[in-house]
Amino acid sequence: MTKITNSLIQFWQRVRRMGRKFFKPYRNIPLLGWLIAGLAAVILEQLLGYALAPWIGLSKPPALFGVSLILSEPALFFSALVYLLLIFVLPILLVSRLTRYPANRTAGWLSRFPLAVTALVHMAVLYAILHIWTDISSYRLLVTRLAMISIIVTLSLNVINGYMGEFSCSHPGFLALGAYGASVFTVVLFVSENLFGEALLPASWAPFFFPVSLILGGIVAALGALLVAVPSFRTRGDYLAIISLAFMFIVISLFENMEWVGGARGISSQPDLANLPTIFVWTMLSIWIINNFVRSTLGKALSAVRDGELAANAMTVNTRRTKMVAFLFAAFWAGVAGGLFAHVIRYINPGTFGIRKLAEVLAMVYFGGLNSVTGSIVGAVGFSLISEALRPLNIYKWILIPIMLILIMIFRPMGLIAFTEFDLESIFQPKVDPAEGEGADHGAA
Amino acid sequence: MQIFLQQLMNALQWGSFYALIAIGYSMVYGVLMLFNFAHGDIFMVGAYIGFFVASGLLALDLGGVIGLPVGVELAVVLVLTLIISMLLNSVVGMLVERIGYRPLRDAPRASAAITGLMIGIILETGNLAILGPQRLSFPELIPSRTIIILGASVTNKKILIVGVSILLTLALHQFVQRTKWGMAMRAMAYDYVVVPLMGISSNTIALMTFALGSALAAAAGILFGIAYPVLDPNMGILFGWKAFVAAILGGRGSILGAGLAGFLLGFIEIFVTMVFPSTMRNLIAFSIILIILTFRPHGFFGEPYSAQLRL
Repeated sequence: MTKITNSLIQFWQRVRRMGRKFFKPYRNIPLLGWLIAGLAAVILEQLLGYALAPWIGLSKPPALFGVSLILSEPALFFSALVYLLLIFVLPILLVSRLTRYPANRTAGWLSRFPLAVTALVHMAVLYAILHIWTDISSYRLLVTRLAMISIIVTLSLNVINGYMGEFSCSHPGFLALGAYGASVFTVVLFVSENLFGEALLPASWAPFFFPVSLILGGIVAALGALLVAVPSFRTRGDYLAIISLAFMFIVISLFENMEWVGGARGISSQPDLANLPTIFVWTMLSIWIINNFVRSTLGKALSAVRDGELAANAMTVNTRRTKMVAFLFAAFWAGVAGGLFAHVIRYINPGTFGIRKLAEVLAMVYFGGLNSVTGSIVGAVGFSLISEALRPLNIYKWILIPIMLILIMIFRPMGLIAFTEFDLESIFQPKVDPAEGEGADHGAA
Repeated sequence: MQIFLQQLMNALQWGSFYALIAIGYSMVYGVLMLFNFAHGDIFMVGAYIGFFVASGLLALDLGGVIGLPVGVELAVVLVLTLIISMLLNSVVGMLVERIGYRPLRDAPRASAAITGLMIGIILETGNLAILGPQRLSFPELIPSRTIIILGASVTNKKILIVGVSILLTLALHQFVQRTKWGMAMRAMAYDYVVVPLMGISSNTIALMTFALGSALAAAAGILFGIAYPVLDPNMGILFGWKAFVAAILGGRGSILGAGLAGFLLGFIEIFVTMVFPSTMRNLIAFSIILIILTFRPHGFFGEPYSAQLRL
């Protein structure tokens, strides 16, 4: 008996050793390497996806890595798995391993340029991946666009709930303000035959005015945020939570009663302006600006207000100004996200921004992690993808996702990735010094 | 004057639901400093439990077995329904505490709020999954009769609902003020850290708080079923959030405050619809609350905000 167990243990140890040896080179792959590998995988799917799918019994390439396919048709489990392995897992592992020296060298070379250049190169590759990946199906495109918008929402909510430490329930209200502000602008100017009458400008001008409409939506939301920011001078914590909740109800009820923006029926037929590149640019912009904001002096002051308002005041932090700026800033970005959202769905009504939306955005923030830009990105993308992938489960999805969140809250009360800094330089830097790392690694390769 | 009296009665009835739910919120909030966002859905579960208990009791046909007259039989069924559902729902409340809140006792409060939100969603969806989307109609436990008081016609249901809810509020207030258990709860609300050192199990007190709150929520659910005999799984959401606002408006942990704020919310909502179109209800009600909270940020009976809040 002991002999068998011993040999089993030995076998397991050998497997682990081999696994460690196999995965060792993967520690030295910079972000650029992973991005190149991802690009290779999506190009492969573009070329071979439709040809490969019938061979392994699929009618078309699975949309979201096969998860929803497996859930709706469990018989196709192995087909989906094979597809996933052949198209994504194996190419990524292979390409990232093969290109790790050039990738490291390129990353090292890029790090000599200003940070913005490095970031732009990485974003370009990322955009290429997303563009090619979403080219396969319009469903993927929709999911990606919504996931990127939820990144903006989550980040802006994290500024208030995480960095400022208030429990704000007002975000659906900000989203609604931004969505209505941007929609009214574009629909009045560029869409004929609706509740606002004829278009004032030719529709071909619309893409140029779209940023203006988003900023307008953001400003409308920020003005609305004054209603929450001013009471926040006098009170904190629970009473502010109620004030923000009341604000949300007021905004939604206001739109229900404003007949000139459609009342309870809402606004429809927004021009289809929020395409993938637009949303990508705005999302990257929001990540960049919000990350800079929370790392600036003002952001540090915000955290100081969270940890001890009196102490922060004593340390010459102007708490009123800090709170005000944070609220307006977060609301502005929420408004921008709302404007984008309205132009993706192309139909909004007050019911879109209710309690359910609140539960969703709160879940994203606390899923990803408080006080962390990385956490917010992970939370928004992860939550969106999970809730889309579990769609075949119908209503049981809304039992499974809450259970998952409760477990996360029990084991990691601050969220998955909390209290980390989003340091671009350390993310982009090469994983081994190209000069010496190569020589040391050549023996193994 | 007649219309005013009639609307007053409507407002009292509408407010009594808010009051009963708000008290549950307020107790949990006072003792544990938690937002129990699942409470609105516990109210919904209470209404469904009441539905099943009442239907079961009616199907048992107590009148036929023991030989009671019809009126007395219905009264007995009503009282039994109230008692049994309150007991069962307090078990639900204790389960929610045990699963969703106790593991997070030392976590930040916002995390516990998220678990509460999620448990609420689980309760709604679970109900939808088990019972299906069709609405249930609550059995008629009280034959409707109209009484004329000072020229205003009032149904006996309304009087019963208002009476029962005021009675329960006062009984709970007495319980908290007069008994040893109540004293322990007040002590917990006063200082969360020291009380366990005095030999009082904080877990027991937490369980009891949840049990009492859920029992009141069940009573609210049954009374709601008597007044508006249509139950659906989402009925707790809006009620819950509004009662939450009322609980905070009443002041931290104050039972009478929560009750009064609940009635106030009912009054505002009913009287707003007298003058303005009914879609303006939420708008005006929450605007009034926002104004009140701006000038009195700690609610009616709460103590002013102190920096010692357990954040």
